[in-house]
Amino acid sequence: KSSVQTIGEEQIQNPYTELLVLKGHQDIVRFLVQIDDCRFASAGDDGIIFLWNAQTGEKLFELHGHTHKITAIAPFSSSDASEEKKHLILTASADRTVIVWDCTSGRQVQKVSCFHSTVKCLTVLQRLDVWLSGGSDLCVWNRKLDLLCKTSHLTDAGISALVELPKNCVAATVGKELVIFRLIASDDGSEGWNVLEVKRLVDHQDNILSLVSVNDLTFVTGSHVGELIVWDAVDWTKQACECNFWDSSVPPDVQPEIKLSQSPNETSVQHLTSDEECVFAAVGKGIYVYNLQMKRVIACQRTAHDSSVLHIEKLPNRQLISCSEDGSVRIWELREKQQLPAEPVPTGFFNMWGFGRASKQANQAAKKMQDNTPMYFLELVGDLIGHSSAVQMFLYFGELGLATCSADHLIILWKDGERESRLRSLTLFQKLAQNGDFQLKF
Amino acid sequence: MISAPDVVAFTREEELEDELCSEPPLPEEYSVPLFPFASHGANPWAKVAGSKFTRDFILISEFSEQVGPQPLLTIPDDAKVSGTFDLNYFSLRIMSVDYQASFVGHPPGSAYPKLNFVEDSKVVLGDSKEGAFAYVHHLTLYDLEARGFVRPFCMAYISADEHKIMQQFQELSAEFSKASECLKTGNRKAFASELEKKLKDLDYTRTVLHNETEIQKKANDKGYYTTQAIEKANELASVEKSIIEHQDLLKQIRSYPYRKLKESDFHPYEPECALGQANAGCGQDLTASDPAEPGETHLYAHVPSYTPKLIKAKSAKCFDKKLKTLEELCDIYFFTQTLDQLHQIERTFRGDVCYLLTDQISRALLKQQSVTNFLFEDVPFLDEKPPEKQYRGCRGLSQDAVDRKCSEESPAPKVVISLGAYKSSVECVPIKMEQEIEDSQEPKMTESVTFEHQENLDYLDADIKGSISSGESIEVLGTEKSASGLTKSESQASLPVSPSPQAGRSKVGSRRTVSEDSIEVLSTCPSESLIPEDFKASYPSAINEEPYADDEEGGLRFTPKLNPDNADEQEDVSKQENLVQVDSSCCIGKESPNFLEPLPDLGQKPCDEDGVVRIPPQPYRQAEQGLRGSFGGFPSHDGISGGFLSYEVDSRYLTGSREVSKSSLDECSDSTSYISSAASTCSDRTPSPAHPACQARERHKKKAGQNALRFIRQYPFAHPAIYSLLSGRTLIVLGEEEAIVKKLVTALSIFVPNCGVYAKPVKHWVTSPLHVVDFQKWKLIGLQRMVSPAGVNVLHALSRYSRYVSVLDADSKTLRCPLYKGTLVSRLADHRTQIKRGSTYYMHVQSILTQLCSKAFLFTFCHHLHLPISEREPEESVVNRRMNFLKLQLGLANEDIKIVQYLAELLKLQYIQEPGQGVNPLLRFDYVPSFLYKI
Repeated sequence: KSSVQTIGEEQIQNPYTELLVLKGHQDIVRFLVQIDDCRFASAGDDGIIFLWNAQTGEKLFELHGHTHKITAIAPFSSSDASEEKKHLILTASADRTVIVWDCTSGRQVQKVSCFHSTVKCLTVLQRLDVWLSGGSDLCVWNRKLDLLCKTSHLTDAGISALVELPKNCVAATVGKELVIFRLIASDDGSEGWNVLEVKRLVDHQDNILSLVSVNDLTFVTGSHVGELIVWDAVDWTKQACECNFWDSSVPPDVQPEIKLSQSPNETSVQHLTSDEECVFAAVGKGIYVYNLQMKRVIACQRTAHDSSVLHIEKLPNRQLISCSEDGSVRIWELREKQQLPAEPVPTGFFNMWGFGRASKQANQAAKKMQDNTPMYFLELVGDLIGHSSAVQMFLYFGELGLATCSADHLIILWKDGERESRLRSLTLFQKLAQNGDFQLKF
Repeated sequence: MISAPDVVAFTREEELEDELCSEPPLPEEYSVPLFPFASHGANPWAKVAGSKFTRDFILISEFSEQVGPQPLLTIPDDAKVSGTFDLNYFSLRIMSVDYQASFVGHPPGSAYPKLNFVEDSKVVLGDSKEGAFAYVHHLTLYDLEARGFVRPFCMAYISADEHKIMQQFQELSAEFSKASECLKTGNRKAFASELEKKLKDLDYTRTVLHNETEIQKKANDKGYYTTQAIEKANELASVEKSIIEHQDLLKQIRSYPYRKLKESDFHPYEPECALGQANAGCGQDLTASDPAEPGETHLYAHVPSYTPKLIKAKSAKCFDKKLKTLEELCDIYFFTQTLDQLHQIERTFRGDVCYLLTDQISRALLKQQSVTNFLFEDVPFLDEKPPEKQYRGCRGLSQDAVDRKCSEESPAPKVVISLGAYKSSVECVPIKMEQEIEDSQEPKMTESVTFEHQENLDYLDADIKGSISSGESIEVLGTEKSASGLTKSESQASLPVSPSPQAGRSKVGSRRTVSEDSIEVLSTCPSESLIPEDFKASYPSAINEEPYADDEEGGLRFTPKLNPDNADEQEDVSKQENLVQVDSSCCIGKESPNFLEPLPDLGQKPCDEDGVVRIPPQPYRQAEQGLRGSFGGFPSHDGISGGFLSYEVDSRYLTGSREVSKSSLDECSDSTSYISSAASTCSDRTPSPAHPACQARERHKKKAGQNALRFIRQYPFAHPAIYSLLSGRTLIVLGEEEAIVKKLVTALSIFVPNCGVYAKPVKHWVTSPLHVVDFQKWKLIGLQRMVSPAGVNVLHALSRYSRYVSVLDADSKTLRCPLYKGTLVSRLADHRTQIKRGSTYYMHVQSILTQLCSKAFLFTFCHHLHLPISEREPEESVVNRRMNFLKLQLGLANEDIKIVQYLAELLKLQYIQEPGQGVNPLLRFDYVPSFLYKI
């Protein structure tokens, strides 16, 4: 039996009624990165980077330079006030190089190939105008691609994620550990920097898979066994920890076998995203909403997809988009459940969790929650089916639409058909006026 | 001979027209009997009693100086074509008509013979006794050995239909001029090379003679000239004179102005190559024929292959000499070119004049619909220039100059509707609503029904053929019946707003009702399923000849109005057209869709009283004058100004008033009867377009139409399936057997709108699992069902992407697709339709789709429907306006709106597409539930 919630073919709230398939890649497409309002780059295992127009789906550039698959990509736009904004992207590849590309001309600006291992993550510290590459060691580079400083060899596994913290600090995940580095301006006063390991946090039981900064004060990590830790970004202390939060709403004293039955893969925190209030976690096949204020999960969808959720994103309009290995993209809406206190809790809410719990207990739990908090639930408002293989990532372009990339080598641009139709009409009448075919009548 | 009363030769059309116009109509009691050949036991729609040939053909004749007029060849080159028709006799006639023989020879006051480069003469003549009418094109070719250097030839297009010759005069003239030009070009080359050779011979002869004279002079020291010497000197003098004459001739023929060829840009003129070829060919011939000729020194190094001969005095012009054949006269390359050209002419003008005209009109109109025609038409086919298009005076759509020329010059042959038209226009017209009388119908129907139960799609061909063979008698007798029958059928088929109750019942409601209804139809009375019970009563059996009397009057009445040199009227039309455009572009605010109704006082009023009937298709040129408006591609304008009656009728449907459409339907039925009555089923006159590609296309159309007809009869859920295609939802035909699937795909392909100007988005057969890219590219796919792991994948993919596709299962006869409740498709595909022929149904579909295109065009290009009038106007009010327009002004219901919206999107995409780039294929879809339909 499948407990995955399905939505029929009638999806009134789903705005995406037009799609554009962008072909070009010859292997799994893993990364999408936004360059500016209407451009994005895609990269994947074929080592090619494509630049696309998000509005028209036009292929702008095809960037060749890497010989192996791309492992990290980061936009790097110059903040020079004097000249016009220059858009660059950094790409790291398994061929142990990092290349800087100019998005306007589509040319390779520079190539760095002095790495001892594959760079697995790239991050740009705009404030300091430097960028960091994380592999088996952490390197700090300036805009001109001068190596400013580097750490000693950390581990063979290397840094898998980096996030910027206040006070010139960065948090790096190295296996199970979270390492805090601080960049210190070098003594000689030049633009050199030194990097210093400040702290090593070993609270996670398993590899840390996801790392996200919530705000200046908080960042969150999630591990392979489903631990979610909220950290203070300034003093690097643990603010909260949800060790078994995949069944957090289940009273801890019951049914330990549930925990056992879940393989680690089904509880791993694949991806995290956040807004000011909540952290949204993609855990196994499910999606969980963790409220930072209340320090607990306020809503969840245990089996949001048929297979692991790979990426989630919060939209401004209380909507949440998730994509999964099952090839589908789903749009959720976080809704507040309005209830009269006397009314029994509808079982539908719990059915979503997919557990045949005794309704009594459920009622109790619900009532407990009901006492102090409004109730939330994730409502499926639409799904996008187009890819034939795992959807690796997506990029939300607001009203321009949604770009999804997948292991089937395709990128699909999902668009609002109504809007597109209107835009086409506009173009049409502009062209008519241009051609002089038609006197516009007002 | 010329003065024989039954031979009428005229080179200008006004004569005939004036004659007809000036003649006061006879009083009723003296008027000619309606059908003069009735006594012969023939019917008015069979071939004209007198004609002894079965189809039109081209005859090339020569006025031989040895044997007189003689036929040379016919195209097609088949003895059956001319039948018992006496070609010799007819050659005599056409050659005896004055051919403006050019005077060649020694004109008084000139020392040398002069060549006259005369224009060809074009003559229409008729021989009512023989039942033959001909367009005769006289031309002269040059032959050095012929009397006066000329050989008169003529090419004649011979038809039993006088009307056809008259109406297609311009086209025929243009085509034959090209053929003649080709022939003459070749002839000039051959003539020139012949002259060159002759000159060489003469030169050689002169040298020889000169030498001989010298020898004689030396040998003879007697001091006086022998007779021999005098003879030789005379001979030498005559040879020298001959050389000068021939040099002059050569100069003349070479100075022939080639500008004509440049103008026509028809024939690739390759002087070097062709000349060389000709020389080579002739040289070889000569050496072959005179092998004994000793090889002399080559005086002319640049023509090495020719060996000069000695010319004997007085050797020329003996009567037992064989004259050159036509092939020899103009070298072989040009001769075959000409033959190709003539074959093409024969193919182009094959078929009934109605068909030709309709085809010309629709082509011309379609070409004008530059914005919408890509949707359902074969645009490459339209673009490719059929030969008649290139020439002056035909449809000249492109250049104003050509148009002006058209209107200034002597007008094209008028459409003169007279009794003659009906007795002569008897060839097959494909736009024919075939009707059957009951007695002949019974056996045929049962036959077809048994076939139907076999579920063998192949039977259709046989069925159609059967109807053709039985059609002849039916056609004749069934005129009035077909009229009344069609009134009913058409009202069912084409009422968009208020469909008949039956249609409503089957369309509206859940799928269950649909399937029940269809079971009823398919199972109860299979033998009569094609003719519903309630229609049978309306089949009278008497032949009523009234309409034809009317026709005669009507034709005479309308003829003057069609006169194109009435410039004022033309201007009027175009002015009013501008008004119409203004109306239509600011129509949004209006309550009633006035602009969609035919305007009452335009140049001609084709539908006053029962008028629609009597206007046969007109040559296009009259209409085009007003049509070159600013709005290049709007079909409704074409309809209004051109008096293009089918659209006139169609546009009435838009009003939504039942009464109006009723009355227009009556007219429509009459017009249909006109067409069908004029059509005969003589199968060998089936028209076929000029090019082989066209023929294939035509065949495809026919086949697709047949399959589509069968589909809509066999599948009760044809409507939602067709709706899927029209609204851009990919339809997948799933089945095990490739042949069946492909047949269904072919049938359905006629409903698929094109996404661009390229091939239709139809994939006939796919065996691998489908992907989202496929739905973007293809709108109709035939998919193999396999019982294998791979097959499971295919089905899995299908269920995964089910929201983008409709699935027609050919094996289990089910359809899974969204509900359709509109009315448009029921007109397009009425399973009770009376149409029996594939090509007829194809045309029916095309006409409705064209109408649909015009709606989509209107919708797309109305500014306020898509963009706000003022900047502050909210989007909702634009949306409201748009929906109101679709519902009220265009009269669309429910899902029909989506069809027009989809077509509008395609139009937009096509229009805004940058020339360099292809259209980015995008997939539009709706989140709508699907239902499963079963038989």
